[in-house]
Amino acid sequence: MAEALPLKNEKMHVATEADLITGNQTFHTITENISSITEGKTPKLWFLLWGMAVSLLLVLFGSVGFLVWNGTGVWGLNNPVGWGWAIVNFVWWVGIGHAGTLISAILFLLRQRWRTSINRFAEAMTLFAVICALLFPGIHIGRMWVIYYFFPVPNQMGVWPNFRSPLLWDFFAVGTYFTVSLLFWYTGLIPDLATLRDRAKTRLRKLTFGALALGWRGGNRQWQHYEIAYLVLAGLSTPLVLSVHSVVSSDFATSIVPGWHTTIFPPYFVAGAIYSGFAMVLTLGLIARKVYHLEHIITLNHLDKMAKIMLVTGSMVGYSYAMEFFIAWYSGNQYEAFAFINRAFGPYAWAYWIMIFCNVIVPQFFWFKKIRRSVGLLFFASILVNIGMWFERFVITVTSLSRDYLPSAWDYYSPTIWDIATFVGSFGLFFTLFLLFLRFLPMIAMAEVKGVLPQADPHYTAGGTHE
Amino acid sequence: MSKIHGIIAEFGNPGSLLRAAEKVRDSGFTRWDTYSPFPIHGMDQAMGMKRSKLGFVIGIFAFIGAAVGFGMQSWAHAIAYPQIIAGKPVFAWQAYIVITFAMLVLFGAIGSVFGMLAFNRLPRLNHPVFFSDYFEKTTDDGFFIGIDSQDPKFDPEKTKTLLESLGSGHTELLEGPDE
Repeated sequence: MAEALPLKNEKMHVATEADLITGNQTFHTITENISSITEGKTPKLWFLLWGMAVSLLLVLFGSVGFLVWNGTGVWGLNNPVGWGWAIVNFVWWVGIGHAGTLISAILFLLRQRWRTSINRFAEAMTLFAVICALLFPGIHIGRMWVIYYFFPVPNQMGVWPNFRSPLLWDFFAVGTYFTVSLLFWYTGLIPDLATLRDRAKTRLRKLTFGALALGWRGGNRQWQHYEIAYLVLAGLSTPLVLSVHSVVSSDFATSIVPGWHTTIFPPYFVAGAIYSGFAMVLTLGLIARKVYHLEHIITLNHLDKMAKIMLVTGSMVGYSYAMEFFIAWYSGNQYEAFAFINRAFGPYAWAYWIMIFCNVIVPQFFWFKKIRRSVGLLFFASILVNIGMWFERFVITVTSLSRDYLPSAWDYYSPTIWDIATFVGSFGLFFTLFLLFLRFLPMIAMAEVKGVLPQADPHYTAGGTHE
Repeated sequence: MSKIHGIIAEFGNPGSLLRAAEKVRDSGFTRWDTYSPFPIHGMDQAMGMKRSKLGFVIGIFAFIGAAVGFGMQSWAHAIAYPQIIAGKPVFAWQAYIVITFAMLVLFGAIGSVFGMLAFNRLPRLNHPVFFSDYFEKTTDDGFFIGIDSQDPKFDPEKTKTLLESLGSGHTELLEGPDE
């Protein structure tokens, strides 16, 4: 960008970089703003929200306990529909978990420096969403005390898991995704944990952050290896994040159920995952930004860029819906054609049209700059998208199973109170963890934000001009 | 028994730290470092550092991960318990690619993080720079040069004069108990 400008206008370059973070921040004000959130007295609002989250978590414990005691019969599953809300919730939570790593890895490789304001809490969101996701396959197997069958551990029967099955690929893909996201997140946290250690006043904080920061000193000989590690983690995570939802989609696509058996599934699922993930980042980010007064770090420009990503991925999702219909007709396969007509006009049409409204129509409003920069409308839209993406997974899973080949095998599926309680309870798990993170760890990557301030450039001088 | 472990000198901003580092490099010091709250562009050259070898280590880890992943699946299905499921051959290498890739990424990521810590000799909670309370500034907004007393060119007085002549602000000898 700077090369295109005449030499006299070099000030322009500094000005655009400064736009990233507003309010004439210095390195110290960044440290102060972010660290003080974790250091001050716990706000009453936090206790209120955390209390609500923990109450929902108890609902989760109760409903999972009831499930273990009685078996999966407590859910609304019936004979054709053997995959109900458990798989819908799993795919939904995993999808939400995609934005964090997209922001930390792909946007890092693409040198999108605005990511530094949102990557930390998006990564935390990813971790907690994947924990919620992993819960569902964990409990839906019914006999969860034999979950070690998933793991390739030597056992008394001498058998091994079936590595040729997509369900096992899924286990490895999501397990790897969680581990890599955790490592990535922690690596990013190390310099900030050192900041908290050096600011610590109480003995408990000194010991805790002293241990967690691993003795980080911020020496350039450390930064050199650190930057390589971070770059490689981003490089490894980029294909990983694209592969995880592709593998999730293989759970469906490798079967012969009409409406599932399509090759468009991997890219379609990945686009949907990023779309829903960004919606959740917006939902959480807008609240955190307001409550903790971070408007100068998460600026309207950041919101604008996130809305644009949602516009792109939302349009890809809409295109996929259209292409599914086209292929269903063009294939000339009557079961395939019926599956899609049944989606739009069958007993689950209500779910289908909620999905179309939230995922196809709502993102199109992001063409307008006014809407992309309006906090209230963005928040509302992000909630709608979260709802729409849940219904997408519901439509795919349930409509296809409830009416596949022979009408004699059809049945209508509806959830029981225990399906609903488990799903609602998973929000308790998510928000309990997320609120703990907001309270005790720096929610913005301080070291990275400092690195994108204009004065972090060694060629910057105080007057705002280049040397 | 107190002993001098080294010296730290503060500089005002990334630019002056970079220029001072070039001078310290040219003076022939070897056991020293620059400290900053974030990595500074161009500092590796200014300090005369070689490229990090961490990438090779990660590559080896990733290769081992892929080999372990592919080997585990092939061995389990083709040798340990050959069994035909869903009509797939016992050695269905195409179906093994997904888990092979996942294991490659998993081992590579573990290699990056633990390799980075090993190259940086972390965790290490005691270091001479921590003898200075003022050094806490480095994770906030402080830019320091630190020279180790083990450096053959180190001399408490001369090194201090050199750093001050480069325009350092707070300059402090690191005194701590003898180890």
